[in-house]
Amino acid sequence: MLACAIVRPFGWPEAVVAVPAAALAIVTGAISLDDALAEAERLGPVIGFLAAVLVLAQLCDDEGLFHACGAWMARTAAGRPRRLLAQVFLAASAITAVLSLDATVVLLTPVVFATAARLGARPKPHVYACTHLSNTASLLLPVSNLTNLLAFAASGLSFTRFAALMALPWLAAIAVEYAVFRRFFATDLDAGAQAPPTSDLPELPLFALATVACTLAGFVVTSAVGIDPAWAALAGALALATRALVQRRTTPKALWRSASVPFLAFVLALGIVVRAVVDNGLDSALGHLIPDGTGLPALLGIAALAAVLANVINNLPAVLVLLPLTAPSGPGAVLAVLLGVNIGPNLTYAGSLATLLWRRIVHAHDAEVELSEFTRLGLYAVPASLGAAVLALWASLTVIGGG
Amino acid sequence: MAVVVWIVEGTWPACVDAARAHAPADAEIVLLHVTPADIPGAAHGAFAGLLGRGHPERDPGTRLEHLAATSAEQLLQAAADRLNRPCTRSERTGRVEREVVAATEGADLLILARDGDRTHLGPHSLGPTTRFVVDHAPCPALLVWPEPAPGLSTMPPPPPPLHPPHDT
Repeated sequence: MLACAIVRPFGWPEAVVAVPAAALAIVTGAISLDDALAEAERLGPVIGFLAAVLVLAQLCDDEGLFHACGAWMARTAAGRPRRLLAQVFLAASAITAVLSLDATVVLLTPVVFATAARLGARPKPHVYACTHLSNTASLLLPVSNLTNLLAFAASGLSFTRFAALMALPWLAAIAVEYAVFRRFFATDLDAGAQAPPTSDLPELPLFALATVACTLAGFVVTSAVGIDPAWAALAGALALATRALVQRRTTPKALWRSASVPFLAFVLALGIVVRAVVDNGLDSALGHLIPDGTGLPALLGIAALAAVLANVINNLPAVLVLLPLTAPSGPGAVLAVLLGVNIGPNLTYAGSLATLLWRRIVHAHDAEVELSEFTRLGLYAVPASLGAAVLALWASLTVIGGG
Repeated sequence: MAVVVWIVEGTWPACVDAARAHAPADAEIVLLHVTPADIPGAAHGAFAGLLGRGHPERDPGTRLEHLAATSAEQLLQAAADRLNRPCTRSERTGRVEREVVAATEGADLLILARDGDRTHLGPHSLGPTTRFVVDHAPCPALLVWPEPAPGLSTMPPPPPPLHPPHDT
């Protein structure tokens, strides 16, 4: 099934294979109907949360938030590529954390390229920064990455405690990435650029910004009073959607599409299939490899294992496999898994060897993609940022406590 | 005489100025720009890493390919305007250093700029890509400083002699 999700025969959505695979797992008794229902019940709110954030990000783009972000970066960079890199780091870190990694990959990367091109700067460091930060900067909030949402549900942490524990690892990982990028791309950053020719100020999308700020505040409030923070995301998405519908800038069909329903079905089916695989022996096989406890060596071991697994398959199945095995050790172990599966994919082009191999086969006759530079950057950045993040997590757990 | 002028973001004006100053009036000038294939490639890869998202039309790598083509066109236009002489424009995509070397086959002169650490005279003033092109160019190359060269005082001191002089 995982192979089909990567290969996507005939360009089918991944769900076309994943949903029947989940049904097959239930019919053959690999997972009991009750367990499957329990898994679906557990994943339901997570998927709703995800849908709301996807819609929220798309509507922010419709409101011109990313365009305004590009104009801001161009103006404040003032023709200096190193300044531009710092702005890209700020923007990509904030957008990934709040609107999820999908928003950075799909919506911010083209804007960053266009901004660099407009300044006459070499776009490579800035585009690579987007791809790296979409992983590294997705540590902060449960909404930043689907892996976080899954772990958040399993960890039993509140939204604010999750964010408090992950804030230091998030900052540490981004700081290490920044240092690596400054050095790795020194030549491209030294090449110079021109200041923007026109200082056109695009209208700041105040409504979108205010909605995102209120949604963030909503996450804190809902988790404080014990309501699922998914409702805050839903409220934010509804506010922007209503405005866009009233102003006729979007259609119900476009909104439906931005929620990517096949993707949501895929996540649900993947969850059920992985549960079946884990229950049928994978847990005891992998269980030996997972270090016990939440001391620094154990956290490092868990994070490294998670990073390796994410690079071999993909971080989504990797986190689904590792969560049931680490959840009994407490939130510290679960968060260490997240550090591994979120930072690790920067090591491999396309996030995992499985995807990479398939793309190499498909593109065999196409213009090859130069992997050596990407991989070299990953080899510098990933071990350093992962190590710094685990150290920071251990410090956070010691100071704040995982309870 | 065929002259290839390698146009790169950030350092190209010096190359165009060198072409104006040094290329004979009857020279056929080619303005060459190479878009690195790994820039859209990185975006393709990041999107492929988002397992299960489907929607290939949302792939940011494809948008980057279009944006890169537009930006290369604008850059070559700006270079042609600055040159203000008849010239042809050549846009390639791929491994930059290899595409540049391939494009200079049969040319009589390649004009390119230093793009490393430009605060000191010395080997670090060539980045890895430019170093490869200089080392492999099958024609004479004119290597210019993008801005006035740093002074001789920035040169590292001479190495100490290998064998201390002996009185014999």
